Amino acid sequence: MNNETRARLLAFLKKRRIGLILGAILVVAIAWSYNNNPIVTQAVLASALRHSTPIVLGALCGLICERSGIVNIGIEGNMLMAAFTAFLISAFVGNLVLAVLIGVLTGMIMGLLLAFMSVTLKVDQIIGGTVINILALGITGFFYQQGLAGGGKLPIIPLGPLADIPLLGRVLFTNPPITYSALILVFLLHFMLFHTRWGLRTRSVGEHPRAADTVGINVFVTRYMNVIIAGGIAGLAGAFLSIESVGSFERAMTNGRGFVALAVMIFGKWTPLGAWGAALLFGLTSAIQTQIQFGGITIPHQFVGMLPYIITIVVLAGFVGRSRPPAAEGVPYEKEG
Amino acid sequence: MEKPTPSQPDKENQKEPSALEKIWVAISIPLVAVLVAMLFGAIIIASNGIDPIRAYSSLFRGAFGDMVAFGRTLEKATPLLFSGLAVSFAFKAGLFNIGAQGQLLFGGITAAAIGFGVHGLPTIIHLPLALLGGALAGALYGIIPGILKTSTGAHEVITTIMLNYIAINMTDYLADGPWKDTSASNIVARTPQILDTAVIPRLAQLPLGFFLAVGIAILVWWVLEKSTLGFEIRTAGLNPRAARYSGIKVARIIVLTMVLSGFLAGMGGAVETMGVIGRYQPGFNLGLGFEGITVALLGKTHPIGNIFAAILIGALKAGSSLMQRVGVDPEITSVLQALMLFFVAADVLIRRFIHVRAVESAPNLSSHWGDTK
Repeated sequence: MNNETRARLLAFLKKRRIGLILGAILVVAIAWSYNNNPIVTQAVLASALRHSTPIVLGALCGLICERSGIVNIGIEGNMLMAAFTAFLISAFVGNLVLAVLIGVLTGMIMGLLLAFMSVTLKVDQIIGGTVINILALGITGFFYQQGLAGGGKLPIIPLGPLADIPLLGRVLFTNPPITYSALILVFLLHFMLFHTRWGLRTRSVGEHPRAADTVGINVFVTRYMNVIIAGGIAGLAGAFLSIESVGSFERAMTNGRGFVALAVMIFGKWTPLGAWGAALLFGLTSAIQTQIQFGGITIPHQFVGMLPYIITIVVLAGFVGRSRPPAAEGVPYEKEG
Repeated sequence: MEKPTPSQPDKENQKEPSALEKIWVAISIPLVAVLVAMLFGAIIIASNGIDPIRAYSSLFRGAFGDMVAFGRTLEKATPLLFSGLAVSFAFKAGLFNIGAQGQLLFGGITAAAIGFGVHGLPTIIHLPLALLGGALAGALYGIIPGILKTSTGAHEVITTIMLNYIAINMTDYLADGPWKDTSASNIVARTPQILDTAVIPRLAQLPLGFFLAVGIAILVWWVLEKSTLGFEIRTAGLNPRAARYSGIKVARIIVLTMVLSGFLAGMGGAVETMGVIGRYQPGFNLGLGFEGITVALLGKTHPIGNIFAAILIGALKAGSSLMQRVGVDPEITSVLQALMLFFVAADVLIRRFIHVRAVESAPNLSSHWGDTK
């Protein structure tokens, strides 16, 4: 090994030390726990992955928006609205594939609304997102009918022989479709953001829209397009909640996941892979939380219930200063002249 | 890199507008927003097969029809005015306190605890004690996002929302555990009834808490517009860098603003406990903090504007029960609120149809929200 590669390796190790240490601890912990109690370990890990799915999807939505310069705190409302329409389709039409598509479409429409407010009307983006959140709460609350039965849940699809691998097979390759698509989206978007023309354009619009404009990138169109695509991803998260996870709809069922997603996005330093890692950590705490509740340990359930939110704050407080958001986010772009 | 400067009225080229013109400029947008929202609401109601005029007239009767109805409107408006003021106050410093909800919950449960737990005091001491206790609990809860923001840069929008969920769980726990009403007749999670000495009385049919809220609104207006602290808060909100150069300790202002904002929200919770519910019961106060956002934005974050916005939203809530009798789900009020909020926020849309000048520059809440130090 020559000096240069060694230096690069060391730099890499240093840069990623938190992730690497956490990862190492996690691997050891999982191995130990699998050795002691394979069934529970498997269940907890599988549930961690599923808990992380809506959060990582929400974080992907947030980071595509922010990478192109739009702060999206309306993810929560976006998910809720999509969860609702997806549920309605599953209840009245019964076709779950159509339900997912409608959920995604709803998310895209909500994205369009945010883009319209923040790009065209130049409304303060935090307020625009809040409008979406309150709008979604109001509309879903008004049109929701108590006791409406859903059309079931998306089925678990084992991926052939892959599903037979011990531990990994049960955790990674025995999942319902939206969980798979979240995994695919993480890697796909990471590749697209950092290795394609679209990604370069998106990032330049988020970092320095004026420069992007001068080289002929249409800032408005890029922002519109990305916020709409991102909305669709949040819509997928919404569909996950209502027709993959529980098979029904409740008022305000998103329960803050849209905001946890934002914290996860920041924790993951605005990269899809980072966000995925962070979301898995949250998924794991949620899964352990559920395990505690069923495990008969007598802590008041409220304390267990507030755990994810406390962790979000701690993570945010600990890491936000060390990560740099896209430079132009939150600022409406005005053409000169 | 250029940053768009907030649009400011061109002072040199224009005559000082008359007082009446100023008021028109301030209220025209919210007014039109409310009317447009009601119009959209009418379409939704009509699409449910109900005559919107009948629905709205029963809404109006339920809110202003007689003294009882009006009293109920003011009662609903009271906590909204407090939480609206909390949001508006923070907004002036460029902070978006979505955590009014959590601060309000802690205010409510603390007032209840003092209300039922402290015995043998005369009303003149017990009542203000419970009220201030609630407000202080809110203030203490408000300090957390303030300090997190100034010391770590964690944006208050996320931290306050997380703190809301923590507050919901925490107050649930208190009302279901240590402070639970253990009398034989009670089976739900709630605190005991507060003592009579801590109850905020009514004047005829009208809740006194509302007048307290109006007094506080005027006080807030005075602090913001006439005091040095208010000047510092507004400067820090509009341009933190300039504020820093002129010697204002921005970090201190941020924490102090969050504390005072939490104080207002906490007092709202306390008044709700002491004047309306009479105890703390989980779930009863949910939404009041979020509706404070609507009130604040409808009132253009002006304390006096908040009073009218709170009465409006209070009227919607009070009148919705009568509207339910003609077949409209009371949830329509949250749709109406959301629509109002949308049209107020998107005032550019309205400005296309009526010609009003932009009034004032507002702090940009969302620029560089990941690392605001």
